[in-house]
Amino acid sequence: MLQTFFQQCAQLGIDITSTWARYGGQYLTGMYNTITLAILATLIGCIIGFICGILNTIPCGPGDNIVKRVVLRIIRVVIRIYVEVFRGTPMILQAVFIYYGLPYFTGSVRWPSVFIAALVIVSINTGAYMAESVRGGFLSIDPGQTESAKAIGMTHVQTMLYVIIPQALRVLLPQIGNNLIINIKDTSVMFIISYGELFSVHRAAVGATYLYFPSAAIEMTAYFSMTLIASLILRWLEKRMDGSDNYELVNEDQLVGAAGTYTHPVKGSPYDEHSKEAQKFQQQRQWAENRKNSEASDVGNRSLDQRGER
Amino acid sequence: MNDNLILEVRHLSKSFGSHQVLRDIDFVVRPGDVTSIIGASGSGKSTLLRCINLLETPTSGEILFHGEDIVARKGGAAAYRSKVGMVFQSFNLFNNMTVLANCTVGQVKVLKKDKATAKENAMRYLEKVGMTPYINAKPRQLSGGQKQRVAIARALAMDPEVLLFDEPTSALDPEMVGEVLTVMQTLANEGMTMLVVTHEMAFARDVSNHVVFMADGVIGEEGEPEQVFLNPSNPRMVEFLARFRQQ
Repeated sequence: MLQTFFQQCAQLGIDITSTWARYGGQYLTGMYNTITLAILATLIGCIIGFICGILNTIPCGPGDNIVKRVVLRIIRVVIRIYVEVFRGTPMILQAVFIYYGLPYFTGSVRWPSVFIAALVIVSINTGAYMAESVRGGFLSIDPGQTESAKAIGMTHVQTMLYVIIPQALRVLLPQIGNNLIINIKDTSVMFIISYGELFSVHRAAVGATYLYFPSAAIEMTAYFSMTLIASLILRWLEKRMDGSDNYELVNEDQLVGAAGTYTHPVKGSPYDEHSKEAQKFQQQRQWAENRKNSEASDVGNRSLDQRGER
Repeated sequence: MNDNLILEVRHLSKSFGSHQVLRDIDFVVRPGDVTSIIGASGSGKSTLLRCINLLETPTSGEILFHGEDIVARKGGAAAYRSKVGMVFQSFNLFNNMTVLANCTVGQVKVLKKDKATAKENAMRYLEKVGMTPYINAKPRQLSGGQKQRVAIARALAMDPEVLLFDEPTSALDPEMVGEVLTVMQTLANEGMTMLVVTHEMAFARDVSNHVVFMADGVIGEEGEPEQVFLNPSNPRMVEFLARFRQQ
């Protein structure tokens, strides 16, 4: 029993070696194709998601004119349909649908390359998922951030670009990471339009060698190492975005503005209204002063002060 | 219409659904005025301030900025807001930027100043609020009082004509209130036009030259601080002051 297992292990080693000897270069090319497609599609998908998010959050009240309201309404409906359709159908079918759909209707117009077709399909798929995540990301940002951006005169797009998106990006980074890893794996369905990614190499290799398990073992290792590296890079990126917890004080004058050196409200100053004694003392002093002033100069004020005294 | 007015609020009303928060508010702001808006919670003080900055759209009425109605004028809200600074109760510093970037981003992106000028300008105001050593810090690393001082510098860096304060000290620990009020008093002394919603009665009494008392969405009493505090005619104001004295 145990002997057979070890024999099989040895056999696996031999088979992997022989498969790799014949198809090693193609596996590597497949890995390269998979990773380029996954990274590019994730990036474009995120951009699509953010654009949908910005369009979805354009403020629009009953005060705006009818054209703007109708246009925004249409945009929102279109985005909604896009999200529901692409989130709700299998990517493998979308690939077939779009890749063969274009020449079916146009006759002569074809996709310039399989890569472009694959990139479009995976991107709009990622975009559909990202649109919803981005919406959630925007919701998680304190509305005060938007308000203060508006208060200094930023437009909606400026507010989004400089204030909301940078903060939402940090919140969304784990989700973007998820998408990248999902894309690394799910681009495998692009063999259906004969894009030369990693899984299509497996199909080609086993078609000739019939060594299903050894090839699958190579593929598993290759996919896992790609996703693992992606995870690590994303974790590092998150840490980098958080920045250091420390900051340098820029001290030209050691005494200016350092914590604790501001003048605490002096007893009897107008700001010391938190202690009752001081408040009383201050009030008395103020009235005494007012009385003195009014006696000296303005007779008209006197009645005011007397009332205050009572 | 008077050319000498920065802001004129005319018959301003605001409802949220069937709930009317502001009713027929009228008052004016002259250059150099420090106006305090006081009143109990829920009396519409903050809503009034937010209407003036168009963060809320008034249901009816006019807000004239140098004689031009900014409520009726569609678009251009951003340009108007850049001339009217706002300081919030919860600071609302941009969390993704350093202190310095908070004070320069508006100048560069909205006023289209070049970065060097913007930085110079920002440093001048940061120095005024005593925050120059912290220019590289992120908002989360600062105390409440420090954040609010940066928020004031950020508003000032836009060189606004009016500065609106929405309860600037209400979210602060008592010992931090002083540092923010000191900055505000300095600004008042320098002739900055300010509109301050506040619960700091001492500030309203001693620093401002005009006090507006609000009760239930209307202006209950307004006038010079001496008159409003020492000789109030509105029974609600008398009651309000009595409650404050007790505390």
